[in-house]
Amino acid sequence: MATTAELETLTADKIVDARGTACPGPLLEAKKGMTTVPLGSTIEIWSTDPGTKNDISAWSAKVGHDFLGVLPAEGYDRVFVIRRK
Amino acid sequence: MSDVLNLVLFSGTADKLHAAATLAAGAAAMERPVNVLVQYWALDAFRSSRIESDLGLSFDATVEGTKRPVKGTKSIAWLEAFRMAKELGEMTIYACTGSMDTLGIDFASLDPIVDAEAGVATFLMAAGDGQIVFI
Repeated sequence: MATTAELETLTADKIVDARGTACPGPLLEAKKGMTTVPLGSTIEIWSTDPGTKNDISAWSAKVGHDFLGVLPAEGYDRVFVIRRK
Repeated sequence: MSDVLNLVLFSGTADKLHAAATLAAGAAAMERPVNVLVQYWALDAFRSSRIESDLGLSFDATVEGTKRPVKGTKSIAWLEAFRMAKELGEMTIYACTGSMDTLGIDFASLDPIVDAEAGVATFLMAAGDGQIVFI
């Protein structure tokens, strides 16, 4: 996990904009997006679904990625994950 | 208990297929293997000639529920969710041979998303000791 200050200064390698889709859309988009970046890259998922941040956290724990945390934005969440496998 | 998720689909209405597809896609994204056995009216819905149709809602929806719009919401369609589950993970869809016989459905008339025909023993072998969910 990263602190809020660390997340605010972080620049992701890829942004997955899944705003406007309901569960499980953002999770599926994150999974697809993750395969397009090299190991060690950071992806940032944008989602308006309130369950996404917990879903991405659970998915990261299950699959073995590093879940960094969430920043609230205007009307959506910015969820940060590092690809580890 | 095994990590495998096993779904048995009986109903052929869009709401129940959507609920199943959501579980399947989520499990596939979580890298859990998924087996789906398609029976009876769900099998009817997987026919190539019907799979893109508006399949309506189950009686569970009640009269009030049927007035709620399903299309045009933020949810992805059930068939798209099943296709994504296949794309993202390991999912096998089996057509129940007993239901095929009962309903007079040939395997060739099913959508290609259905992988194979299976009797109950074949499905149960694939399911192993994983949970089986009937929808």
